[in-house]
Amino acid sequence: MKKLYISLIFLFLYAPIFTLIVLSFNASKTRAKWGGFTLKWYFSLFENEAILQALWNTLLLAALSALIATVIGLVACIAMQSMKKKTRALILGIANIPMLNAEIVTGISFMLLFISLGVTFGFGTILLAHITFNIPYVILSIQPRMKQLNTSTYEAALDLGANSLQAFFRIVFPDILPGILSGFLMAFTMSLDDFIITHFTKGPGVDTLSTKIYTEVRKGIKPEMYSLSTLIFAAVFILMLLVNYTPRKKEK
Amino acid sequence: MRDSRKLLSAPFLFWAAMFIIIPLCMVFYYGLTDKTGAFTLNNVLAIASPEHRKAFWEAIKLSVVSTVVCLLLAYPLAMILAGMKGNHDSFIILIFILPMWMNFLLRTLAWQTLLEKNGVINSVLAFLHLPALKIINTPTAIVLGMVYNFLPFMVLPIYNVLVKIDSNLISAAKDLGANGAQTFLRVTLPLSTAGVISGITMVFVPALTTFVISQLLGGSKILLIGNIIEQEFTQTNNWHLGSGLSIVLMLFIILNMVLSVVTDKDGEVNAL
Repeated sequence: MKKLYISLIFLFLYAPIFTLIVLSFNASKTRAKWGGFTLKWYFSLFENEAILQALWNTLLLAALSALIATVIGLVACIAMQSMKKKTRALILGIANIPMLNAEIVTGISFMLLFISLGVTFGFGTILLAHITFNIPYVILSIQPRMKQLNTSTYEAALDLGANSLQAFFRIVFPDILPGILSGFLMAFTMSLDDFIITHFTKGPGVDTLSTKIYTEVRKGIKPEMYSLSTLIFAAVFILMLLVNYTPRKKEK
Repeated sequence: MRDSRKLLSAPFLFWAAMFIIIPLCMVFYYGLTDKTGAFTLNNVLAIASPEHRKAFWEAIKLSVVSTVVCLLLAYPLAMILAGMKGNHDSFIILIFILPMWMNFLLRTLAWQTLLEKNGVINSVLAFLHLPALKIINTPTAIVLGMVYNFLPFMVLPIYNVLVKIDSNLISAAKDLGANGAQTFLRVTLPLSTAGVISGITMVFVPALTTFVISQLLGGSKILLIGNIIEQEFTQTNNWHLGSGLSIVLMLFIILNMVLSVVTDKDGEVNAL
């Protein structure tokens, strides 16, 4: 009974994914009919400059925005440690706004900001927006680990003559590293999957995979998009399996 | 030492002021002024015009239905997952995060292929001699798309609170003579309220404000409030009206945020 329920939900979540994978091998150009098995979209993908450019933009945005958000979020978490409970709650509250707010409202608020600042819309504006909505995911991953920290080891390090920077990197950092990594990964994923906020902050000529797909919806999605998504999905799937099933030195 | 640590919050505070607070103030400024910059409530009150009221009502209806369906699907699922032996946290998160690596728009478009008149599901139904589904381009398809996209946001917070419930409490309730239903209603459910409320806020807001799901699965006939606002910004270029309508949406969002702050004081429910 339980297994059946889980399988049904699993089917629901993964049916569209399987559909996309099947479509990537479809020889017919339209998704409405099956034209036989082919690998040609996997080859033509690498000749499609526009898609490769969009892929590059997407990955660069995800990496940069996740990295910068992780640094800002980590520093904010360290600062919050020495704050009173109320101030900390206030900062957490502000940090969570982009996560709890509707994406469309966040998107238009950025659009209005950039218009009134007279900034040219392009890669930079998308990056600023992505960093902002990534910060709460980073803080949410690091903050709980920070709270569990045993402060006496940090103080012991200081007593033994380490300066605060040394004590931080030798004592605190290894303990919160898993939180930092999962925060970075969450941020990377969120940036990669975002469409709505990118839609409102992008300029003409700059496309991520999401915005490119959106403009293709009416004309029909290029089959190369399916093969590219399948490749990305397969790569992430294998990577995640490796990370999850590699025996770890230190079991938690 | 303590003061110097507090200084570390400066980059974040600057960032938050510049890219969270000021942009939101701009939405209020645009929403409460007209093209000449004079104060007006017309953009906000425009929600009452028949066209906007219809879209707003439709959005509320569909998002409430989606939230309820998500809750009904997610709660038993979270209970099953929380009841599994051993620590499966990373595996469970993996299963729900993995689909996000296939683009959100493509995933939603795939439902078109599945639901279409001659789509995959109908071919299977025809093979089994069952009547065909006619739900593409209807509100049902939109609800399906919402549930599909937002279900993980309901499952994860509920799972997070359920795993933390002390199993001794459940055993104690049973020892004291409570049956399964009583144990659930008087012990498990009250202890998981924070997760449920967090899940509801995480699903309701994106469902209420979406414009993509309705566009992809609802054909062009069904307009939600999100579609209207998006058009005001990208096609009609009436930012004042678009902002005014967004202010109405934000009232719901603020209510949601207050709810989530009150129930999740330590930020533990949403922690991954």
